[in-house]
Amino acid sequence: MNISVDRDLCQGHGVCESEAPGVFTVGDDRQVVVLDESPTDDQRPAVQAAVKYCPTHALTLTD
Amino acid sequence: MSTTETSLREPPRVSGGEGDTGHLDELRTDPIALMTRVRAECGDVGEFVLADRPVVLISGADANEWFFRAPEEDLDQAEAYPFMTPIFGEGVVFDAPPERRREMLHNQALRDSFMRGHAATISAEVDRMVAEWDDEGEIDLLDWFSELTIYTSSACLIGKRFREELDGRFALLYHDLEKGTDAIAYVDPYAPIESFRRRDEARVGLVALVQAIMDRRAAAPPGDSAVGEENDKDLLDVLMSIKEPDGSDKFGADIVTGMFISMMFAGHHTTSGTASWTLIEMLRHPDEMAAVAAEIDALYADGSEVSYQALREIPRLEASLKEALRLHPPLILLLRVAMSDLEIGGFRIAKGKMVGASPAVSNRIAEAFPHAESFVPERYLDPRNEDLANPWNWIPFGAGRHRCVGAAFAMMQLKAIFSVLLQDWTFALAQAPDTYVNDHSKMVVQLEQPCRVRYRRRPEAAARSGAAPIDAPDPEGAATKEARM
Repeated sequence: MNISVDRDLCQGHGVCESEAPGVFTVGDDRQVVVLDESPTDDQRPAVQAAVKYCPTHALTLTD
Repeated sequence: MSTTETSLREPPRVSGGEGDTGHLDELRTDPIALMTRVRAECGDVGEFVLADRPVVLISGADANEWFFRAPEEDLDQAEAYPFMTPIFGEGVVFDAPPERRREMLHNQALRDSFMRGHAATISAEVDRMVAEWDDEGEIDLLDWFSELTIYTSSACLIGKRFREELDGRFALLYHDLEKGTDAIAYVDPYAPIESFRRRDEARVGLVALVQAIMDRRAAAPPGDSAVGEENDKDLLDVLMSIKEPDGSDKFGADIVTGMFISMMFAGHHTTSGTASWTLIEMLRHPDEMAAVAAEIDALYADGSEVSYQALREIPRLEASLKEALRLHPPLILLLRVAMSDLEIGGFRIAKGKMVGASPAVSNRIAEAFPHAESFVPERYLDPRNEDLANPWNWIPFGAGRHRCVGAAFAMMQLKAIFSVLLQDWTFALAQAPDTYVNDHSKMVVQLEQPCRVRYRRRPEAAARSGAAPIDAPDPEGAATKEARM
């Protein structure tokens, strides 16, 4: 499981951080930081929710 | 991207616009017909003329992606909307540049972690408005949702204390501001026309209301028992507490009003219009309304809170909201100014030209959206997901780096509004279905009045509220909220 961020699109809403707190965080500079580039499989549902609910569709998940 | 190529062509110009002001008059009467014709005659890149300024209008996924990914150094927003200056206030110079203000607004009010509190606030505001309804009656959609969204946006973005100091007068004046957005502003933002005169009077009126609020607060600062200590300080308290080195107030009522107008602007007519159009389209499509109402009933059957559910998936309702946004985008033309010579799709865009993308046009491109002219909420359900599949053509919120920063807030707000309304009320069109239309004579698009619907309290709702104990009325509307559950 691999996460990529489109930096042109991220506005730092922090939805990903709410969905998967151990994997994403958003600093005061409004840019997402991926804390865990290749999360474990038990985090997959949370990461999928983060990708799905990202308001700017900035996240993609590849296997 | 900048260019030194000489083989580039100039964008083709659309027909019409022979008069002195080019296509200005058509933009003021039927902008969607004009923009649709640009795409039909010219393709993805075409041009019309606004007064003496060419506007390169782009559409389609490739050109839109270029437009929405462009950095500020290429396509600048700042000068593109001259009709907003008299509304926010000339001479109201903020300490921070637009990007920084956006960031502040974002960090303070629109972060995901605030959303649950906002959802509770919005649900309580809807409760308060419907508490004034009889068992059945009629409302004007524009009046009703405009007033509601003044209360919700002021409560969420500025603070509950400020919202408690507002009434219907603020909404009426605000509406006159929105109507003061005639495209004639591209020739002269202060042209001697009726809507601009009313716009300027409305702004004076709003400043007077805010001044009165500030005077009352100055006489009884927060912490004084007279003001009610349970509420936290709001943004107005904070602004009033900032002083110049000589001890005088840094922000007067004029500047504060300008700040509040600009903060509330993006989320007001947009949300109000989308709520109205969603209701209209669902009433035009009774099967859809039935499906959404059943979805809401099932969702809240266990007594769960709107503040919780409005942040989760409500697929059928969301599909109707998205389809209303696609067919009736609140902003029909997004504008920038080319900061250098640019190139798109083999065409040259000379420095200084305006460049526009149109949600009204791209949202209806048939290759992306089958039956593009029809209301088809199913297109957002799995597996079609046509909004996600067409990120550069499904653009009611714009896209890319300038995508509406309040989009998530807006969707949550709309879900909260319909959660409250559909649990207790049924609605019916009070006019012929095809008489609900937008007024396109202003840059801020609003429903044309009359746009009336009937409401009726559901028997289950009457039973619910009759059975629940109602305590003494309280200003937060908590009693009515409990009565619903």
